[in-house]
Amino acid sequence: MNLAPKLSEEEYRKNFAELIPPYNNITAVAEAARCLYCYDSPCKHGCPAHIDISTFIKKITTGNLLGSAKTILNSNWIALTCAKACPVEVLCEGACVLNEKGEKPIEIGRLQRFAIENYFESGMPKLFKQKPKNGKSVGIIGSGPAGLACGAELALLGYEIQIYEMNELPGGLSTWGIAPYKTSMEDSLKEVEMIKGLGVNIQTGITVGETISIEELLDKHDALFIGIGLGESGKLNIPGEHLNGVIGALEFIEKIKKGNRGFVDVGDRVAVIGAGNTSIDAATIAKRLEAEEVMIIYRRSEAEMPANDFEYRLAKNDGIIFRFLTSPIEILGDKSVEGIKCIKNKLGEADEQGRRKPVPISNSEFIIPVDMVIYALGQQPKLSFLNSISDLRIESNKILVDSDTYQTNNPKVFAGGDCINGGKEVVNAAYDGKQAAQGIDKFLSG
Amino acid sequence: MVDLSINCGGIKSPNPFWLASAPPSNSAYQNCKAFEQGWGGTVWKTIGEPVMNVCNRYGGLDLNGEKLAGINNVELISDRPIETNFKEIAETKRLWSDRAVVVSIMVESKKETWQDIVKRTIDTGADGIELNYGCPHGMSERGMGAAVGQVPEYCKMITEWVTEVSTIPVLVKLTPNITDIRFPGRAAKAANADGISLINTINSIVGIDLDTLKIMPSVAGKSSHGGFAGPAVKPIALHHVSQIAKDPEINLPISGIGGITTWQDAAEFILLGATSVQLCTAVMHYGFRIIEDLVEGLTNWMESKGFTTIEDFRGKAVEQVDDFGNFNLLHKTVARIDQTKCIHCNLCYIACEDGAHQCIDLLPVNAHNETKVREEDCVGCCLCSLVCPVDGCISMVRVDDGSEEKTWNELMAEFKKEGKPLTWENLAEFQKKHGIVIH
Repeated sequence: MNLAPKLSEEEYRKNFAELIPPYNNITAVAEAARCLYCYDSPCKHGCPAHIDISTFIKKITTGNLLGSAKTILNSNWIALTCAKACPVEVLCEGACVLNEKGEKPIEIGRLQRFAIENYFESGMPKLFKQKPKNGKSVGIIGSGPAGLACGAELALLGYEIQIYEMNELPGGLSTWGIAPYKTSMEDSLKEVEMIKGLGVNIQTGITVGETISIEELLDKHDALFIGIGLGESGKLNIPGEHLNGVIGALEFIEKIKKGNRGFVDVGDRVAVIGAGNTSIDAATIAKRLEAEEVMIIYRRSEAEMPANDFEYRLAKNDGIIFRFLTSPIEILGDKSVEGIKCIKNKLGEADEQGRRKPVPISNSEFIIPVDMVIYALGQQPKLSFLNSISDLRIESNKILVDSDTYQTNNPKVFAGGDCINGGKEVVNAAYDGKQAAQGIDKFLSG
Repeated sequence: MVDLSINCGGIKSPNPFWLASAPPSNSAYQNCKAFEQGWGGTVWKTIGEPVMNVCNRYGGLDLNGEKLAGINNVELISDRPIETNFKEIAETKRLWSDRAVVVSIMVESKKETWQDIVKRTIDTGADGIELNYGCPHGMSERGMGAAVGQVPEYCKMITEWVTEVSTIPVLVKLTPNITDIRFPGRAAKAANADGISLINTINSIVGIDLDTLKIMPSVAGKSSHGGFAGPAVKPIALHHVSQIAKDPEINLPISGIGGITTWQDAAEFILLGATSVQLCTAVMHYGFRIIEDLVEGLTNWMESKGFTTIEDFRGKAVEQVDDFGNFNLLHKTVARIDQTKCIHCNLCYIACEDGAHQCIDLLPVNAHNETKVREEDCVGCCLCSLVCPVDGCISMVRVDDGSEEKTWNELMAEFKKEGKPLTWENLAEFQKKHGIVIH
């Protein structure tokens, strides 16, 4: 396998510097002062967590940074990760009225980061009244955004919270799954720290179904919340997938997030299969690790690509090559990847979601020489260990819940995040977790 | 071809823009530099009694990220020896014969002292004298500045001493820290002044540092009221200028001062009767270079309006200044929102709902809220159009046909004639007759 040269510390710092630098006190106030302080503001409606954005921004202009953080955290416990990783251009910033005025929208994500980092740096003083302990206990499986948000909210309501996390570090995808120039592992761990400060207990290295059984959890706790996200990257299911140099995108991102970048091997020529936001993270990381050529192979065309504009621009700026209307059919090589055989597609009829389906063009096969194949075809949830929960209903790999209470068909069990929606943004999971906490509280106090 | 030249009470300058008596006009170096860049005149920083200044003289008022919306100062008159000032004034005037060099003076209230400084000022070749009756701090404690401007009798007495011996025009500079500025204005007129400059700075405490709990500016832990100036004071200055311009007893040329930053501000002062305008804070903030836009902007605007001289539009707005009792009660406007321009910030809604008369509805339309004025309930207060961030989105539209007019004074005269007392019932009858609904 031809490997790209390893980066020095300095090269790494340069290549992986934050995409969007933080504000300082002066620049934050100047940006916040541009906000019109709309009433019932569209940005709030554009935020899946419904943060009262214009209020937290107004508070930045008056120097009330603690109040600003309180407004944000009142709606979203995973506020720092969201500030840095949310696709703001299609959410809050996309809804900013200044767009309609022909001006640049307020940089809401960056201002949110400013307020929350200030809060973290000021020693996280207590912001919310915590109810006295009510003697009831809730177990949470998974310490990703959904589990953390649910735990934080319930802890405030007086519940004893135990989170079970299979990895050695908490935080889920916030910790492991986002490109390092967007968020760092430290950012996610600071959020975890804040939530632990509310009395939420997190046990890491516990795999439910192996280390501890579901029955034991159901027995031990008055209710359970499942926030397990999704599992590994979905397989390609083509010949050659076993070869050395074939890796899932999340597994690849996780390697670099773990910080042992000196040992992360990246091929000289890399093919990334799929064109979602995770593919772009993987492709840009590979490029920033000095891979000579990185291409994204996508079976449909530019118009159907799931990655949003911001990500697409980022990838193009990094020099990523896009091969649209191309499907991999075989990975070639002896022990390691040497090439990838693809076939060209044309667009056919629209599928049930309205996206036009790729149709292979016969005799259009061709081979691209590559040293590494990263696949990002969405993830599959690992739900089999939940089989022993009676009445739990799973359809199309999603746990079914009530849309208001997040209660599953088993009244004692609740769920939220990627494992109920098939994979959305961090902010959606954070919102689910918070709402589910209300559902659980209603169930247990009702 | 536009001609910006003016003659303010006998003081001529090629354009109406003068430096106000203040730090920017402190020295020959500064005044000559200003003239090089195109300023029409200067009022030399007040000379007179010996003084000493202190450190930390200014405090700034920042509004929503904008620096120096206002500035407050505890600086005194010139602290340079009077001989130095006289020498530099003479030198400046010799070098710049076509510009107006006016000298601001202030001494203790003794006839011979005033007449002496007047004579020595005339000897410099200066074009005019401005009597500083406005300095609100420090000097007033010593019986000068505002201590004079606040007592019309003192104004008259000292101005008479000055005009008795002066062979050059005399402007009297008034303080706004008084209930009715027309009284010292009339005193100046009675003492044969050639013009009135106004306003001087407004008594103020600009703020308190919330970390140190110290009033700004802090002079080693002590502070005092200072004089407030800058863009924030412009509306107050315009009011005072209009008072002097409108008063039939005064009828003197005006040099307008107070928060002028742009040519638009200058045009407004001239429309209210000023002949020359004086600037200070804007120069302290940005330097003399602002004169380029002041001159160009005013020239271009005059050209677009068909004015060729300052006199063509000077005082054109004065006649509108009137008593409330002469306003037409039957003039009716309502707010109209141009939905094609609306950006859905809903600021008009919340302003009307919480701060006015609850006549805008917020209706869900598609993904947005749509704001809609209930015209039958709109009192025509204008608030929504003022908070709207989009130019031309909310306009106040006249809905009466202009055929009827009735002022409060006319109505009261009518009541009197008909023997009706002023009661809520009688007023309601008038309102009903004209379809005026009060919420």
